[in-house]
Amino acid sequence: MPVISSEIDERTLTLVFTAEFDAPPMRVWQLWADARQLEQWWGPPTWPASFPAHDFTVGGFSPYVMTGPEGETSAAWLRFTHLDEPNALEFDDGFRGEDGEPDDTMPRMHGRVELESLDGGRTRMVTRMRFDSAEEMEQIVGMGMIEGMTGAMGQIDAILTGDAPPRP
Amino acid sequence: MVVDKQSDEVVDRVFQALADATRRDILARAAVDELSVTALAAGYAMSFAAVQKHVAVLVRAGLVTKRRRGREQLVRTDLRQLEKARALLEQYESLWRHRAAGMERLLAEG
Repeated sequence: MPVISSEIDERTLTLVFTAEFDAPPMRVWQLWADARQLEQWWGPPTWPASFPAHDFTVGGFSPYVMTGPEGETSAAWLRFTHLDEPNALEFDDGFRGEDGEPDDTMPRMHGRVELESLDGGRTRMVTRMRFDSAEEMEQIVGMGMIEGMTGAMGQIDAILTGDAPPRP
Repeated sequence: MVVDKQSDEVVDRVFQALADATRRDILARAAVDELSVTALAAGYAMSFAAVQKHVAVLVRAGLVTKRRRGREQLVRTDLRQLEKARALLEQYESLWRHRAAGMERLLAEG
């Protein structure tokens, strides 16, 4: 039951997502630092991600590709703007054009992740994802990469039922 | 899903309307009670005309409705537009739920 809460602030276009894991912060940090682990959880179920390169340094650029159910692909990137192992990281997340370079006409998201050590070797991960405008948010949500995972999400939601706190 | 142009413009107006602290305050006050523009203006150190302009921005964004009663203009908050922004964020939230589930699975593998 990894997810303990999520808060949505539609005024600041921010999602605050809190999850707890049964592993110490350094282990959770590895899920971000190691490309082979990152690609196992980053993409939606029907749009798995692959990271041909992963430069996990401040300013480092990590291009990735998500592949959809019909074999279609969506190219994107992460750029890390702050790394404080194993406590916090910040990154921008955007799309790439056909030339493989960041597509500046497409929306970006900004993430800040904090890993807090809990008793019993556990970790609380607080993720804040912020959009620059409601229009960009609508564009990202509307891109279809999220749409395809509704089925898979239904299963996860069922597992979480009764455990997730009520929405504010 | 294709994002249609019409709704982009609407969402833009909502976001623009919400970018101002006075307008957010007007929304909060008019959500509790239907208020006249005169009553709203009494709460701010600005002219009646300035408050009226803020209300007009909120009306264009679909965040408040205005009706006339005698000499008064009554303002009431309509949060359906804001709920749309919330619904979009909720869809995005489900992506993070999936990611957390994937992370937990990997951690369980050791």
